[in-house]
Amino acid sequence: MGLESHLGDTVLTTTLNAMINWARKSSLWPMPFGLACCAIEMMASVAPRFDLARFGAEVFRFSPRQSDLMIVAGTLTYKMAPVAKKIYEQMPEPKWVIAMGACAISGGVFNTYSVVQGIDEILPVDVYLPGCPPRPEALIHAIMEIQKKIEKESVRA
Amino acid sequence: MDNEAITTLVKKYFPEEIVNSSVFRNELTLQVKKESVVEVARFLKENKDMDFDFLSDLCGVDRVEHDGVFEVVYHLYSIHKNHRLRLKTRLPSDNPCVSTVTTVWKTADWHERETFDMFGVRFDGHPDLRKILTPDDFEGHPLRKDYPLDGRQPATLRGVYRKDEP
Repeated sequence: MGLESHLGDTVLTTTLNAMINWARKSSLWPMPFGLACCAIEMMASVAPRFDLARFGAEVFRFSPRQSDLMIVAGTLTYKMAPVAKKIYEQMPEPKWVIAMGACAISGGVFNTYSVVQGIDEILPVDVYLPGCPPRPEALIHAIMEIQKKIEKESVRA
Repeated sequence: MDNEAITTLVKKYFPEEIVNSSVFRNELTLQVKKESVVEVARFLKENKDMDFDFLSDLCGVDRVEHDGVFEVVYHLYSIHKNHRLRLKTRLPSDNPCVSTVTTVWKTADWHERETFDMFGVRFDGHPDLRKILTPDDFEGHPLRKDYPLDGRQPATLRGVYRKDEP
């Protein structure tokens, strides 16, 4: 029935949403915002043993202009917070944020005058990834959760 | 030189200025009057037997509760002679103020800025006594004992704080 019956099996039809979301979720370009030991685990995730390339997210870009996934890995201080916000604002839409590790989620053990008690005080967080630090498998899981979230999005505003 | 020889030599040149000396786990500490810090420091650096050419650390201690003073601590090391010395001085808590040692060791510049930022100790004659660690509009000195541990100042985020968003 429909278009396929005339064109045979040479053409696949789908929705624009499904195709764009598939492209977006399969080529996430992370902006590594490494602030502490979590960043070491983030680096390990990209290296051959854990191989983030299997999930299409291995192209770490150190320019926010070329990234669509911000991974805040570590302890965010008040002095650093305006920088994190500026980097986030420089990333083009659509964009997502992972809060990696206890400090990024809640300040962690650092209930002190200098540490922001969770990056959600300054950034809209999509996935909270607990751990101190989380293992690379956990980061991969967080990225898969981002992918699931992207699948459900619509290109219509 | 060993600790005893250092103590004897310093006390020979500065009998009045050295208030106290102590050794703990083979580490020598000399307490010096705050007016004489620069004079003693210059001697320790320039005397051939002392030769303390490296100021490895300079920091502050809050002793207001027990002694009513702020301490400034100078950790010295001689690269050529391989010996160490800790110099301490006490400043009244109502006016913690001491002369800068940047004229003796240039590296004291940022150390003194940090001690100023964290404890509010002022260093007379410092070339550029600005805050170094806390945000520019941060108020107070967070390593003082009377500063609350969780005394966060969200106002220093200047508009990036999400809870201010409409």
